[in-house]
Amino acid sequence: MPSQRTRAGDVLRFTWGALRGYPTRTLLMLIAMAIGVAAVVVLTSLGEGARRYVSNEFASLGTNLIIVIPGRSETSGLNPTTLMGETPRPLTLRDAMALQRSFHVRRMSPVTVGQAEVSWKSKSREVVIMGTNNELLAIRHWQMAQGRFLPKGELERATPVAVIGKKIRNELFGASRALGQWIRIGDRRFRVIGVMGSEGRSIGVDVQDTILIPVASAMQLFNTPSLFRILVEAKSRSAIEPAKKFALKTLQERHQGIRDVTVITQDAVLSTFDRVLGALTYAVGGIAAISLAVAGILIMNVMLVAVSQRTSEIGLLKALGATPHEIVRLFLAEAMLLSLLGSLLGLLLGQLGSLVVRHSFPEFPAYAPLWATLAAVIVALLTGLVFSLMPARQASRLDAVMALQKR
Amino acid sequence: MIDLEHIHRNFQVGDQTVRALDDVNLHIEAGEYVSIMGPSGSGKSTLLNLLGLLDRPSSGIYRLNGEDVTSLSDTQQARVRNREIGFVFQMFHLVPRLSAEENVELPLILAGIPPEQRRPRVAAVLEGLHLSNRRHHKPEQLSGGQRQRVAIARATVTNPKVLLADEPTGNLDHKSGQDVIRILEDLNHRGITLIMVTHDQEMGQRARRQLHMLDGRLLNGQRNDDA
Ligand SMILES: Nc1ncnc2c1ncn2[C@@H]1O[C@H](COP(=O)(O)OP(=O)(O)O)[C@@H](O)[C@H]1O
Ligand SMILES: [Mg+2]
Repeated sequence: MPSQRTRAGDVLRFTWGALRGYPTRTLLMLIAMAIGVAAVVVLTSLGEGARRYVSNEFASLGTNLIIVIPGRSETSGLNPTTLMGETPRPLTLRDAMALQRSFHVRRMSPVTVGQAEVSWKSKSREVVIMGTNNELLAIRHWQMAQGRFLPKGELERATPVAVIGKKIRNELFGASRALGQWIRIGDRRFRVIGVMGSEGRSIGVDVQDTILIPVASAMQLFNTPSLFRILVEAKSRSAIEPAKKFALKTLQERHQGIRDVTVITQDAVLSTFDRVLGALTYAVGGIAAISLAVAGILIMNVMLVAVSQRTSEIGLLKALGATPHEIVRLFLAEAMLLSLLGSLLGLLLGQLGSLVVRHSFPEFPAYAPLWATLAAVIVALLTGLVFSLMPARQASRLDAVMALQKR
Repeated sequence: MIDLEHIHRNFQVGDQTVRALDDVNLHIEAGEYVSIMGPSGSGKSTLLNLLGLLDRPSSGIYRLNGEDVTSLSDTQQARVRNREIGFVFQMFHLVPRLSAEENVELPLILAGIPPEQRRPRVAAVLEGLHLSNRRHHKPEQLSGGQRQRVAIARATVTNPKVLLADEPTGNLDHKSGQDVIRILEDLNHRGITLIMVTHDQEMGQRARRQLHMLDGRLLNGQRNDDA
């Protein structure tokens, strides 16, 4: 006794034949589906690209970074120091050195920033001066073009040496040799010991347009007791939290129990961006998915047309013994096959689209996330299924006699 | 084999009721050759569709092999149709995108028969109807007579007990019509129950049993052995 149920392979073959029998209709639906899926892929790859771009930018700041800023962040509202109208205590070099005494800290770099007149021979200009120590090179993953970076050794020693950015090197020295030359910064003289090689487009500072000098020299130069920032690199990702706690506790102890610094972790900032851009990606993905729903409505209409075009064929199938269920199956299979082919085409187009974006903007990593790709295909298939249910049922309910009379 | 008792089939057209079949009583034995004749609109097709389970009576009982088939569900009726009944239409009703062979294969596909069992059966019926060399042709590449032969092959590939033909020669020239009738009669000789609607007196009279319809009524529903 045969199973009385059309075999899956036969359904597929019959359906494939039907699709090829109406090429215009098939093409139209394929394109509608493909555009929907491609839109999801391209838009989410842009969103994901933005997320990765920001993430990379942050990574270039340094890894496992903790940043200590003098003063309490405004967001924490009222606190004793603002109530008493005191200015926060300065963040000193000794504070910075105290932060090194933790097991969780790998590197520490104090930073102070200012502007000064820089001159060599007859040339001079205003330059951003950054006072720091040897560790900054490693923290920021910078490279030297020539010479060496600031010397290791005591933080409080004001050695008169300078490392200059590439742009400054070109502007001040032109074709002459920069290394070993004495330049004037403000009212002091510094010997050039190195030239920065890094691209150094990291947020806030353009290394190529900066001069780096020992932090003690910079504090003397700008006559300030306070650091602008302390950068702390934790030993690992998991050491970030304990290192942050350690920094807060140590500085509070050193500042007579008053918590007058803000400690931010790069992680926190990054995860905020991550969340925002991640949400954005979901949003554009969702919007693009709406175009899939539009494709679904198109599918419904075209399937309805298909049912009326093939009325006599449906009548015939019934006369040959197709059950209503079989007719539904055949039409659903047709819609599903279309959706599947359409989404494959869409994936191809979408990948091509992101490839073009990546090619045109090499620093922008526009890769569609896997979840979006899968979701697009699943939504496409579901749309195809849902919107072809009604036409399929309509086909299965056709009156066989009437259907056969139609030409 | 076929038993119709007080079959009525009414169509509602606007506020008028058309009695397409009006108290039809009919008994047909297995292996009979029956022709149904009558003027256009007398209810011949309606009767044939009813016999083929494509339509349901408004009232009355239809027994097929002793089983009341009027109470079966659409799905159950479809299965009976697939197993027991073959249709031949005036308009051939071949699927244009499918080859002769694929058209013949359709009822077997719908029965869920695997390809390796289908192929020899399809080849055999096509061979029997001298269509082997046309098996890859599309319907549009075939003559009317060939098309109807493909349709007959399709109707008989499942080995049905009953073959229902609604004006099978209506769209054919005289010679092809004669061929088709001979094929159908040959099938009848080999045991199939043949019920054929025709408005062609000459053809109808070849049947051992002739039924005449008028305004939905069967004029001689009882057995007519002197024909
Ligand atoms: N679906 C239908 N709706 C309304 N009237 C119909 C329908 N089918 C058949 N009829 C009517 O029923 C009668 C019998 O039709 P039919 O069986 O096709 O006649 P025949 O095949 O003998 O020419 C005709 O009057 C026809 O108009
Ligand atoms: Mg008729």
